Amino acid sequence: MNKKKFTVSPGFISLLSSLICIVIGMAVGFLVLLLLGGSKAYTDGFRQILLGGFYMMPSGIGKEIVTAGPLIMCGLSVAFAFKTGLFNIGAAGQYTLGAFGGLAFAILLNAPWWLCLLIATAAGAIWGAIPGIFKAYLNVNEVITSIMFNWIGLYGCNTIMYGRGTGAMYNAKQSKTFSVTGGSLIPSKIFGWDMSATFGYKSCTVAIFLAIIIAVILYIVLNKTTFGYELKACGSNKNAARYAGINEKKNIILSMLIAGALAGFGAGLYYLSGAAQWSPGDSTSLPATGFDGISVALLASSNPIGAIFSALFISHITTGGGFMNASYFPPEIANIISGIIIYLCAFSLLFRSRITKLLTGKRRPEPEVKPEPSKQAAADPAGKERE
Amino acid sequence: MLLMIKYALLSATVLMLVALGGCYSEHSGVINLALEGIMVIGGLMGIMMLNLLPADTSAGMKVFLSIVVAAASGILYSALLAFSAINLKADQTIGGTALNLLSTAIAMVVVKRYNGTQSSKMSYDNSAFLFKIGGLTINVFLIIGIVLLIAAYVVLYKTRFGLRLQACGEHPQAADSVGINVYKMRWSGVLISGFLAGIGGFAYIVPAVQTWNFEVGVAGMGFLALAVMIFGQWKPGKIALAAIFFAIFKSLANIYDSIDWLNALHLTKEMYNMMPFVASMIVLAFTSKQSKAPKAEGIPYDKGQR
Repeated sequence: MNKKKFTVSPGFISLLSSLICIVIGMAVGFLVLLLLGGSKAYTDGFRQILLGGFYMMPSGIGKEIVTAGPLIMCGLSVAFAFKTGLFNIGAAGQYTLGAFGGLAFAILLNAPWWLCLLIATAAGAIWGAIPGIFKAYLNVNEVITSIMFNWIGLYGCNTIMYGRGTGAMYNAKQSKTFSVTGGSLIPSKIFGWDMSATFGYKSCTVAIFLAIIIAVILYIVLNKTTFGYELKACGSNKNAARYAGINEKKNIILSMLIAGALAGFGAGLYYLSGAAQWSPGDSTSLPATGFDGISVALLASSNPIGAIFSALFISHITTGGGFMNASYFPPEIANIISGIIIYLCAFSLLFRSRITKLLTGKRRPEPEVKPEPSKQAAADPAGKERE
Repeated sequence: MLLMIKYALLSATVLMLVALGGCYSEHSGVINLALEGIMVIGGLMGIMMLNLLPADTSAGMKVFLSIVVAAASGILYSALLAFSAINLKADQTIGGTALNLLSTAIAMVVVKRYNGTQSSKMSYDNSAFLFKIGGLTINVFLIIGIVLLIAAYVVLYKTRFGLRLQACGEHPQAADSVGINVYKMRWSGVLISGFLAGIGGFAYIVPAVQTWNFEVGVAGMGFLALAVMIFGQWKPGKIALAAIFFAIFKSLANIYDSIDWLNALHLTKEMYNMMPFVASMIVLAFTSKQSKAPKAEGIPYDKGQR
């Protein structure tokens, strides 16, 4: 009896539908590999994607961990906004601002890493709050605003960092920003365990643990506090929330601010680990991590704890994608897989109700299986009209 | 000045074509956030066609065939959105975002494989698309754009199809009750937007430069087109004007170093690139309170929910 209850619980069904998305996504990826490389599809391509970081022990695992940290944060950023009924497509821009803020303090002031991380968080938060303000007071859809501010942020940060080739943070020799050094780097030792030595990957730091801690905190805030409850209430029914005396405008801004802070924190984790240097010259493409955050959040059904695992998965396949034989298989095949997974997640509701039907015989889908909050919010005006 | 007109016309055509696409889709009730991605696919396939055609093909044939391929691939790609948004009742925003991300990935894979290297750049010959009137270089897309603009006005306001399409975006339940097939209407709306955005993507890439780096996709043009559509209040005529307005901002980035007083301001190229986005935010802030958006856009139509 107990077991049966578990199999129809909403959590289990979300997990199952995410797994279906993953399997279909991987299958399509394999088809693409077959198309491009024929007989080499498995040995030179798919095996690497499946093995991910394990293909090149141990540095591959180190790389996977380094990528996973910021991905968890961007996933949390998008997931948190989803929970409050908003679609934060601006994680990429907030991530850019976070990188800029963190790097500025690290390179120019050589500030301690925790301070740089805080600045990165604050910069992301400001960039996240702007679409919130537009939404709350000017009735502009947060999706459009976030997209526009992604580009504004990118061009803005690049122009400051590049500074016509003489910017204070810009190392003209490498056409990148200067590398982060000394106390500005996030430590790689935890309780005497040197992570970067174990994995043979220099930028492997405690960042991943910080991300996991934040995920747990976010889970507690969303599920166990009044504040989290109020935010979620705004997400599932704006009018009911207002009727219950919740300040909905304040909550919209606050949740976008927190979402932005999470993405900014993620950028801090990445760039303060020394995993990469920003290259302001490539000013035309937004950081992909911000968009991968959408896949992470959707795969996790916006559950903060789930985001840890889905970020590990996305990081796994992108790391694996980099190990493929590049003369046959461009590494972007991993992005195709994650794109397809998002596409499938968009109608995962359908999977969920099918699975529920399969598991429970002919019963209608459980009422607890909620649709994506953003959809409910969108469906609102129609509901009002019909009354 | 001529240079400015040249670049402004170039971007205005693109923005107008794509915004008209968005206009069809949204009037049928589907938010098409995938415009950016459809543009990438349209541009990619058009250029592939252009490069694969035998060198002795006549110029007119080259133009015609590559535009047809761009439009057809746009239609095919938009079918993915239509299928998820209409038949599967998926979240349209997420579906559109997925297609945007997917398009850049597809473009990179195709181009890298075509080149056989790790370069995502593609070169092509665009001379067939350009001709001169006086000192001004004009491309064929300007003419196509004007024709399609007039067509959009006629179709949306003067034909039975257009009025029915709009009904499906305003009140699909009512439309259904008088025997209009809402699913079919929405499918046509999305596919037409794919047609226009496919051509738009091609029109953005081909006339301006001879080499394109697909890593950048179409650099946010699809989203600017969405802003143009909103600023144009979902009406073809106003969309054309809005497109010209944005195109002037957009063209500043191309010409600022050849105009003295702009050069004297000492702004960087990035800041000019930023301008259309800033302008669109300012415009949206002032116009969205009295938004004339189709009322039922973004809501999947469910027959059982009348």
